[in-house]
Amino acid sequence: MTNQQKTSVVQAPNSKKLVRKLILTVIAMFGFGFALVPLYDVFCDITGLNGKTNESAATYQASGIDSSRMIRVQFISRNAQNIPWRFEPMIREVSVHPGERKVIKFYAKNQSTTNMTAQAVPSVSPGIAAAYFQKIECFCFNQQPLKAQEDVEMALQFYVDPELPTDITTLTLSYTLYDVTQAAGS
Amino acid sequence: MKRRNLGWLSLGSLLSYSAWADMPLNLTQGATEVSRNVYDLHMLVLYICTGIGIIVFGIMFWSMIFHRKSKGAKSASFHESTKIEILWTAIPIVILIAMAVPATSTLIEMEDNSNADVTIQITGSQWKWHYKYFDQGIEYYSVLSTPREQYENHQSNSAIKNEHYLLEVDKPLVIPANKKVRFLMTSDDVIHSWWVPAFAVKQDANPGFINEAWTKVDQPGIYRGQCAELCGKDHGFMPIVVEVKSEADYQNWLIEQQQLIAQSAEAEKASLNSSLAMDELMQLGEQVYLANCAACHQPTGLGLPPAFPALKNSPVATGDINEHIITVFNGRVGTGMQGYGKQLTLKEIAAVVTYERNAWGNNTGDSVQPADVNAAVAK
Amino acid sequence: MTTEVLTEDLSEHNQHHKMTGIKRWLYTTNHKDIGTLYLWFSFIMFLTGGALAMIIRMELFQPGLQIVEPDFFNQLTTVHGLIMVFGAIMPAFTGLANWMLPMMIGAPDMALPRLNNWSFWILPFAFAILIGSFFMESGAPNFGWTFYAPLSTTYSNGSTAFFVFAVHIMGISSIMGAINIVVTIMNLRAPGMTYMKMPLFVWTFFITAYLLIAVMPVLAGVVTMVLTDTYFGTSFFNAAGGGDPVMFQHIFWFFGHPEVYIMILPAFGIVSTTIPTFARKKLFGYSSMVYATASIALLSFIVWAHHMFTTGMPLFGELFFMYCTMLIAVPTGVKVFNWMATMWRGSMTFETPMLFSIAFVILFTIGGFSGLMLALTPVDFQYHDTYFVVAHFHYVLVTGSLFSIYAGAYYWLPKWTGHMYNDVLSKWHFWCSLISVNLLFFPMHFLGLAGMPRRIPDYALQFADFNKWISIGGFAFGLSQLIFLVVVIKCIKGGEKAPAKPWEGAEGLEWTVPSPAPYHTFSTPPKID
Repeated sequence: MTNQQKTSVVQAPNSKKLVRKLILTVIAMFGFGFALVPLYDVFCDITGLNGKTNESAATYQASGIDSSRMIRVQFISRNAQNIPWRFEPMIREVSVHPGERKVIKFYAKNQSTTNMTAQAVPSVSPGIAAAYFQKIECFCFNQQPLKAQEDVEMALQFYVDPELPTDITTLTLSYTLYDVTQAAGS
Repeated sequence: MKRRNLGWLSLGSLLSYSAWADMPLNLTQGATEVSRNVYDLHMLVLYICTGIGIIVFGIMFWSMIFHRKSKGAKSASFHESTKIEILWTAIPIVILIAMAVPATSTLIEMEDNSNADVTIQITGSQWKWHYKYFDQGIEYYSVLSTPREQYENHQSNSAIKNEHYLLEVDKPLVIPANKKVRFLMTSDDVIHSWWVPAFAVKQDANPGFINEAWTKVDQPGIYRGQCAELCGKDHGFMPIVVEVKSEADYQNWLIEQQQLIAQSAEAEKASLNSSLAMDELMQLGEQVYLANCAACHQPTGLGLPPAFPALKNSPVATGDINEHIITVFNGRVGTGMQGYGKQLTLKEIAAVVTYERNAWGNNTGDSVQPADVNAAVAK
Repeated sequence: MTTEVLTEDLSEHNQHHKMTGIKRWLYTTNHKDIGTLYLWFSFIMFLTGGALAMIIRMELFQPGLQIVEPDFFNQLTTVHGLIMVFGAIMPAFTGLANWMLPMMIGAPDMALPRLNNWSFWILPFAFAILIGSFFMESGAPNFGWTFYAPLSTTYSNGSTAFFVFAVHIMGISSIMGAINIVVTIMNLRAPGMTYMKMPLFVWTFFITAYLLIAVMPVLAGVVTMVLTDTYFGTSFFNAAGGGDPVMFQHIFWFFGHPEVYIMILPAFGIVSTTIPTFARKKLFGYSSMVYATASIALLSFIVWAHHMFTTGMPLFGELFFMYCTMLIAVPTGVKVFNWMATMWRGSMTFETPMLFSIAFVILFTIGGFSGLMLALTPVDFQYHDTYFVVAHFHYVLVTGSLFSIYAGAYYWLPKWTGHMYNDVLSKWHFWCSLISVNLLFFPMHFLGLAGMPRRIPDYALQFADFNKWISIGGFAFGLSQLIFLVVVIKCIKGGEKAPAKPWEGAEGLEWTVPSPAPYHTFSTPPKID
């Protein structure tokens, strides 16, 4: 307490120091606001908070196939507003053993009269399973340009990590298709 | 603010609506096991809070009545007591734990989405819901069915309101009773939230992401809810209606829906060769316009600029026909204009385009046939 | 009229200050002047935000759309929220801090007087931009004061830039004010005033200022991201570009929850000053009050996601945030119990500041109860985004923060103006406010439980009766606030002369100076034993 008494007597020089410290705190917290963006991604990776899956190809490294259980993997698709494409999984669901590699295909057709580029955004539910859903090859890693009325079959190769918690028996993978023609053009 | 006779209206309304009001004063017990657990938890906390409130406020009022200066009260000098401080830190902690236990078990139950019998994909968009049955591929939009004149009362033309005013839709979601139904929520544009109080299900529909929720309803019936997350202009006008059917009725309904899909595909094909008269197009077009377009572009065609442009004398509605058809069919990127190609039939699109080109003094004289629509979008 | 009275002191106590009229207020670096400016500004903003609320209540008076369009309704709710939070409650607290802190710690002024002038004078510009957007082509912000992406980015009505700019200025103003408060408290205390001897009022502002410094920059960050997402093609919150709209909510509420405490901790400080005065008894458990305030502030950083239970969090996340949120009830309870113990066996009188303080304690506690109910995740699924939440936060912000500000204003008005306020009118103000505010907000609990979502311009018929009564309560509450304006103006103009210490039981340095407080006080620091 005696220290504080002293500080209140000697005023002027301390204020500057203190103000500087506080301004630095403000700047640091502004930076922290932006740092939350990568932090959030890291946090989501660990916890599967938002059901985001890996954004680049995973290498297959499962320690073998767990044939003792089957996981239902369901596929759904959705076109974000305004995108005149046909876009759907060619198979509604598959059953796989954890560790087993599987290839399935999605069909896309640009039904508009202009050339377009689209980006599929994956999301897994339950979110916690996202970290165990490994895509070895996926059309969602890249943007997909299609000319007017052009169509394409797009492949997805994946496996479910055998570490997947045993209480999860069904996994749903959703793709939302976004029009990124403008962003891709510029 | 253009209300001159608001005063009279208000006076009148003080009396008139009472007869319709039949509002429960408490949280609904709902129609599922989970919703009943939620209700029990709600009541538990409510009773605990009421109890604490009575004690705390009681002591305060006691002091206010008996320890007042005007009654000659002299103030005591105590102002500290570690014992009491510890006591009233510890007791609340115990009470909180007593609440946390049932809350945790209910929550674990709510979050167990496994082993569902039926899976339904629910997509919110401005401002309607879309339902898709995962196993059957049946899909449809569900839109508010309360007529506009019932809620547009600016000109004081208050039409008599329906019993389920603002809580009614054209096609309700249909689910079977006593089956575990899993909902996968997502959104086409902004964040919406799908809420049916009777199921204790409220889950956000986030664009680009999916969320899960589930319910298992005991009794067939009709249950109503609303969008719970601000999603723009007509957030208050996108209700949810769920019709719970018995297992047998549900199976019949599924078969019926599949037949309807086949029929409408036939009708679509047939319409390509049909030619409709101008009157017929205009009549159908007006219906379609009021149901789908008027929320933004307004019944007058004047729109709500700048977000929702006018169609009256607009370059699109009076310019190139194909451009107009494509705009309606595919929407406009980067604007609020959705594509209606998946919601409306070729005939309906032909009609609404015809209507827009001839209503409100646009008078282009153009009439568009289903085949024209098909040709324009498949070029 | 304020000018008149204060220029009087000026000539009496301070001959070298010669500036008069508008210039005096523009250039002033005096903490009392700036405090006055803040208080008047916040009251004007309060009436403005209140006027918007009146239109909202008129529209909701009966089912159907009668007065406004849905989009304009959204603009009203958005701007009402922003004005009340950033324009009314926060500046009112800053005004009280400016007036009272230096006098309470025996300092001659705030530590950084020029900064003080700036932090006030940029505020009117922020609100001019915000309110001005009503008259622009785009219309005002219509995405709710919480501006969830992508409604505020990709799908905004074009008002996002104005909104972001206005919020930036408000944020800078708050941060400057907070820095000033921290430096003043740390460096300008009179000799002998140790931290644990500071009045609790000072403590709460000290902690609040730290909260502001910690979270306002985060708000600045998130609105910047919203700006770049809307206009510069970034994808922080846009799923198409790899972003996540839910992340917006995480960052926003990381700011938003401490923000809630920024608006309530100073209120705790005020009633912890007034209740002991009118109970004529020392505050019970001073040190536990300090620790409780600090722990509420710390806990506020780890509970943000309780605003987001329905966004699809994993189970463990929901449990974690539920437990942490429930924990806040403990220190908050300690505070309420301490106030209760302070009143117990006191010698109470019920002057207007005390009436508002007691109403604060009881009604804030009711808001706390509904807060506890909202903390329980399973039931929150039912309450979330309904009128139950609207009732909850209006109980803590109106009958909480606002009532405490009224308590403080009545308590110190004699010190500020040198006159006692009109007792009869002030009691009218209290009783009218108390009755109407409960008619306004209590039925909202029932509406929420019955299933009425918030932020809707029209509702199902079953909700009609309650909404009608709520609207009537709203109009009555709005009108009651005009009584306060009359009381204050009358008090500035004249009235019974106030002694240096008008309240028998009052303690603190501010009562050792004459009323009205001279333009400069404590030029030489007082001695504290």
